[in-house]
Amino acid sequence: MRSSVFFLIAVLVGAAVFFGARFVHNEYIFFAGFVILQFIVLATAWNILGGYTGYVNFGTAAFFAMGAYSTVFVHKLYPLPVPVLILIGGIVSGIVGFGMGYLTLRLRGAFFSIATLALAVVLQTLVVNWTFVGGSRGAYIIRPNTIPLIGNYIEYLFLIMLVLAIIAITTARIIERSQLGYGFATIRDDEVAAEASGVPTLRLKLIATTISGALMGMAGAPFPYYIGYVDPASTFGLAYAVNSIAMPMIGGTTSWIGPLIGAILLGTIQQVATVTISSAANLLIVGLLLVAFVIIAPKGIIGLVQGFRRSRSG
Amino acid sequence: MAPALLEIAGLSKRFGGFVALDGIDLNVRPGERLGLIGPNGSGKSTLVNCICGTLHNETGSVIFDGKPINGLLAHQRTRLGLARSFQLPRPFMGLSIADNLRVPLIYTVHAREGKRFTRAEMEDHCGEFLRLVGLADKAKKFPRDLSMVEMRKLELARAMAAEPKLLIADEAMAGLSHSEVDDILALLARLSERGITIILIEHIMRAVMAFSQRVVVLVSGKKIADGLPQDVMRDPEVERAYLGQ
Repeated sequence: MRSSVFFLIAVLVGAAVFFGARFVHNEYIFFAGFVILQFIVLATAWNILGGYTGYVNFGTAAFFAMGAYSTVFVHKLYPLPVPVLILIGGIVSGIVGFGMGYLTLRLRGAFFSIATLALAVVLQTLVVNWTFVGGSRGAYIIRPNTIPLIGNYIEYLFLIMLVLAIIAITTARIIERSQLGYGFATIRDDEVAAEASGVPTLRLKLIATTISGALMGMAGAPFPYYIGYVDPASTFGLAYAVNSIAMPMIGGTTSWIGPLIGAILLGTIQQVATVTISSAANLLIVGLLLVAFVIIAPKGIIGLVQGFRRSRSG
Repeated sequence: MAPALLEIAGLSKRFGGFVALDGIDLNVRPGERLGLIGPNGSGKSTLVNCICGTLHNETGSVIFDGKPINGLLAHQRTRLGLARSFQLPRPFMGLSIADNLRVPLIYTVHAREGKRFTRAEMEDHCGEFLRLVGLADKAKKFPRDLSMVEMRKLELARAMAAEPKLLIADEAMAGLSHSEVDDILALLARLSERGITIILIEHIMRAVMAFSQRVVVLVSGKKIADGLPQDVMRDPEVERAYLGQ
């Protein structure tokens, strides 16, 4: 399928989701849906680096928070429309991603992952000590109640995140099917052999960290408007790092559809658990599912389906 | 005499206190079939890695096709026309056999010539190399479905797909049966006929003697012999290195 056709279909599905959610007449749908969509973007972004090139990034929260705190920073200076803030958040996080890539990509495997974890700690420390964006006390953002054309502000945020999810998934799919995708796959499989085949591995890894970081930042940029109050502890929270790794792993890391399935599945379970059991059960569920999948289906749901198809055809 | 395609002068490589290569000088002419032999640990693979940019040599120079390539990254050297196969096959396990060959086509031949193949041209090229190594019926399979000899053929096909001027085959025949060795030798001979310069690194003397126009012997990181295969085999120093005193 051509990318333009795919994008069109994705937009139609998105429109169906939005109007379907409006049809329900329950504001909570939008609150819960925003979080799930946000995780679709984060999981897809993580997968561009972690799934396609095989570099496991534990610092999702750092990129997410960079996006969120860019919004806080800009909001304090001069409130801008959310789409512009998303663009700014994306640029800031993209630059951070590029910088991280440049500094750490000579590290491989676990060492790269530890470095990303360290990046998150360093950035959190910086934000905690930066009083302009609220420091450790956090910062409040008063969002308007309504917005022209759409009406309810949460519906507006939901719509924005929906568009972002469509953009992220389309980007991931284009990468997967392009020459870049082949290059990423060779890096995942064998970097030395990739270089010997003419693949400029360092440059491709920088492209991956930049795109991945930028998308994570874009996911974080509307967050202050959604939550109303941001503080370092929650914005740099463990949940973002764990979820954005667990979702692609559970869905399957080799294709754009894996993170999508994983994010919808885990995100929905978590939202349901929050209102039925307790919000503390979230990470426990993610942890248990991740352990189960690593043991039973290390290639995720996609791997299960492919294996099932192969055993039937041959 | 034509100018050398590959000129190595005074190349040394250390790993900590261990001298892996010690002042290697080596010239390879265009179109030549060179055999490189030596006991285990004599530095053959290290030399290949230094030529191809996987490792960086501390001293000495490598000139390829008239250009000094010291300091160039491995992929830049591949784009200049230096291709290699690995001693232990390193296929891209996540890609199909055809896609394995597509990678050097995309990243080396495209980048070098600055033009893009159409989808059909790409298929043609992949098919051609697969037929050449006899893997045409396995194009859609994955490396895990291949036998060892097929894996080595894939390794060679991938190196060839980069359309190199110089191909370095690092123990492409280790562990293969008599007839499989003949298969690979025939393949290398066909490549040589196409005008590709080939350096063959091998332990199987039968293959080296059959293939090489010239043989170079490395022992403990030093070049101890360089000449016609028959002469090198009679060299007392080579005999000593291989058989002991």
